[in-house]
Amino acid sequence: MISLKINGAVQEVDVDPSTPLLWVLRDTLGLVGAKFGCGIAQCGACTVHMNGEAVRSCSLPISAAADADIKTIEGLASADGTLHALQKAWVAIDVPQCGYCQAGQLMSAAALLDRNPKPTDADIDVAMAGNICRCGTYVRIRKAIHQAADEIAQGGAA
Amino acid sequence: MNKISKTPLPTERDLEALIEKYQADAAKLTDIDLSRRSVLNLSAATAGGLLLGFFTAGTPKAAQAATGDFKPNAYISISPNGRITILSKNPEVGQGVKTSLPMIIAEELDAAWSDVDVQQAYLSQTDFGAQFAGGSRSIPTNWMGHRQAGATARAMLVQAAAREWGVATAECTTSDSAVIHAASNRKLGYGKLAGAAARLPVPDVASVKLKDRSEFKLLGKYVTGVDNEKIVTGQPLFGIDTTLPGMLYAVYEKCPATGGRVASANLEQIKSMPGVKDAFVLDGNDNVNQLMPGVAIVAESTWAAFRAKSALQVEWDETDASKDSWTDLSAKAEELSAQPRGEKIIHTTDGIDDAFTGAAKTVKAFYSYPFISHANLEPQNCTAWRQGNKLEIWAPTQAPGNLGNFGAWPFLTNDLGFAEENVTLNMIRGGGGFGRRLANDSVCEAAAIAARVDAPIKLTWTRQDDMLHDFYRAGGFHALEGGLDADGKLVAFRNHFISVTTDGENGVSGGSMRETEFPASVLANAEISQTLMPIKTPCGPWRAPGSNVFAFAIQSFIHELAVAGGRDHLEFLMEIMGEPRWLDENNPGALHTGRAAGVIKLAAEKAGWGREMPAGRALGLAFYFSHSGHIAHVAEVSVEANNKIRVHKVTVAADVGPIVNRSGAENQIEGSVIDGLSTMMNLQLNIENGRIQETNFDQYTILRMPDAPEVEIHFIESDFPPTGLGEPALPPLAPAVANAVFAASGRRVRALPFMMNGFSA
Repeated sequence: MISLKINGAVQEVDVDPSTPLLWVLRDTLGLVGAKFGCGIAQCGACTVHMNGEAVRSCSLPISAAADADIKTIEGLASADGTLHALQKAWVAIDVPQCGYCQAGQLMSAAALLDRNPKPTDADIDVAMAGNICRCGTYVRIRKAIHQAADEIAQGGAA
Repeated sequence: MNKISKTPLPTERDLEALIEKYQADAAKLTDIDLSRRSVLNLSAATAGGLLLGFFTAGTPKAAQAATGDFKPNAYISISPNGRITILSKNPEVGQGVKTSLPMIIAEELDAAWSDVDVQQAYLSQTDFGAQFAGGSRSIPTNWMGHRQAGATARAMLVQAAAREWGVATAECTTSDSAVIHAASNRKLGYGKLAGAAARLPVPDVASVKLKDRSEFKLLGKYVTGVDNEKIVTGQPLFGIDTTLPGMLYAVYEKCPATGGRVASANLEQIKSMPGVKDAFVLDGNDNVNQLMPGVAIVAESTWAAFRAKSALQVEWDETDASKDSWTDLSAKAEELSAQPRGEKIIHTTDGIDDAFTGAAKTVKAFYSYPFISHANLEPQNCTAWRQGNKLEIWAPTQAPGNLGNFGAWPFLTNDLGFAEENVTLNMIRGGGGFGRRLANDSVCEAAAIAARVDAPIKLTWTRQDDMLHDFYRAGGFHALEGGLDADGKLVAFRNHFISVTTDGENGVSGGSMRETEFPASVLANAEISQTLMPIKTPCGPWRAPGSNVFAFAIQSFIHELAVAGGRDHLEFLMEIMGEPRWLDENNPGALHTGRAAGVIKLAAEKAGWGREMPAGRALGLAFYFSHSGHIAHVAEVSVEANNKIRVHKVTVAADVGPIVNRSGAENQIEGSVIDGLSTMMNLQLNIENGRIQETNFDQYTILRMPDAPEVEIHFIESDFPPTGLGEPALPPLAPAVANAVFAASGRRVRALPFMMNGFSA
């Protein structure tokens, strides 16, 4: 049994230690927000936070995630359901097209704002370069990150 | 006899034929639907005023009648509590129809959008007409039928209110989901009228008045996607998110060269691996759209299945398999391009040779582009569950209905032997379409595996599977020649199109050309001819099939001709368009030179065409007409000393008639610009010995955030009927950027991708 702390709750899972975190989330725990895109940490669709850092869960063996603090897209909103400023901006700016990559985009963006509350375009480029959007929503992602940063600066939910 | 090469593959001709067939059916079915509804409704009324809910599959009729909902047609259901449910009939793959189609109904219903809950419709082409996502056809095909559906419901609600108040219907108006009688200051919400409206006969469609465009309140507004909250909170939504009780996880390994068969495989070793439940060979039916031979592995988790797949060793019998080589195809095409005229003449004019002989100047160029993949970010996947003689499928497909060889149904019924009425196919949101999901190969694979397993199974393709077994955008070649008169006016044009065929007779999707392909459609002397090279690599429609590459070759060459004639590109292009006219009156598939000129002028004006630019920086222009959309792009590009291309901004002018959802429309254009740029700069597949060489995103380098340009969009909302935007905004991007690169650097790139010409994004 491997002990995991996912979105604040401790969970015990009985899986092969080589299993990537992504598949434990999706198949074992039923948290399907993180997506499978490439399996080699190239597309970022599987991005979650481990101890506050954005990581690619498709390439992270579960043994390396044991006892770490894992946050997935399902845990990005507050416990009372209040959306994160980024989620609100994503909805209002209508970022998604197909939407498949957006959980990963949001988790990368959230990690960025956690360490850099007022990112420049160049900061955004660096932080988001690991996430592919096949539909090409980059223009709106950039806009939504700026909008969320502004909202947080004015005291909105982060 | 090689069966593989005789397999029917979807070409855009096939798609168009299907669309036309179903478009006609859809129009017809809308009428049938409503008239049939009125018959049933009348009988329901005489039976005591209860509504028979034959539109909602799987819901017991009595339960439905007891809710007191008003269901004037298959799309709309209004509950007494005032909530309005509108079904979206077509699959959603990121093109936005789940939001835009219901908006059309809500507009004519005069519903407040906040009162509307949108649901994905069930599959029933009897109730809804054609249900598919392709050809940018959702909006034009359903525009009138959806308006009528909404307007019919509104008329019945008005009638119910007028009866209640004892006033004339003409005295009543509607607004925000309510009927209003201003004279007596009375108002009733649609929910309160649902019961009474449900007892009224459905009026004849022809008698229902539609809104004038000036009365639209919702259409043309910026409306956000109905699934946005689910997307941003990570709720299950996509095909790959399907989870069923006791579900097992499957993978399927096929020969990397199309057409290879399983000679042997280490099945016993695979079956002994941890978590693996079963492994078996499927022979398939040699139809690449359906089931090709391979090895299925069924396991307790995706990871166990993936691990077993890595350990799988298959010896392939490649007797009938593809031996295609991109290197060889390119060499042969270059050789063929020496001929100005191909084997088959698609269009020519009597004066073509004289026009070239008499030209003051002629210019020749050879253009090419490679094979590329759709690379949907959600890999192909499908969940299927056989229970006895019944089969249920959950599929992120663009083509859920029975589309003949194009779809899964002949396989499910003929090959697997399920009775059509025993198969339920659920349309699930797809993580990107771009044409890939018009093929249902993964559906057939999942069904064939499920047929042998006593549990629901979810088939997931790896990224490698997805790259190796696509229906690719075919590579192609154009030997172009243009003639200019003494004034630098275009007087002759020749396009020898060298493409590929998988059936030996017809070009693949994107591998055939219409006789009206620009500029043949507007020139007195032009010729289009074609030579086909046989291949076995499967090809299929890729966002704006044909157009996405013809635009690059032809609109780049038009710029070359302008330069050769010492002409301004904008002026030259406008001259070619000539007088404003619709080349085939009332045919939305025909170029309208007036609309073309409109968007060309607008894009140029907004981008500041002709303004002074610093050295190494320039504007490039291109226009293209496809999928009924008239679109012009101006790209502002700089070329740095190290051949680094930076696309700063793309200004787009589009005329697709009135805009349905402004946010969705702009999203499609922004996405098309970035998809187009990504493809022209970076993307290519090499094929050797029948095998695609690039198998993941480390080798197939899709454009990322740092290279995304600013996009500025302008619409000309003409009074022509609205048409789709999923595709037509992509084709002009590549030539606009290529023309800007030439203007900035003096280097003309005639082979995609730009990366292969020493440029980097």
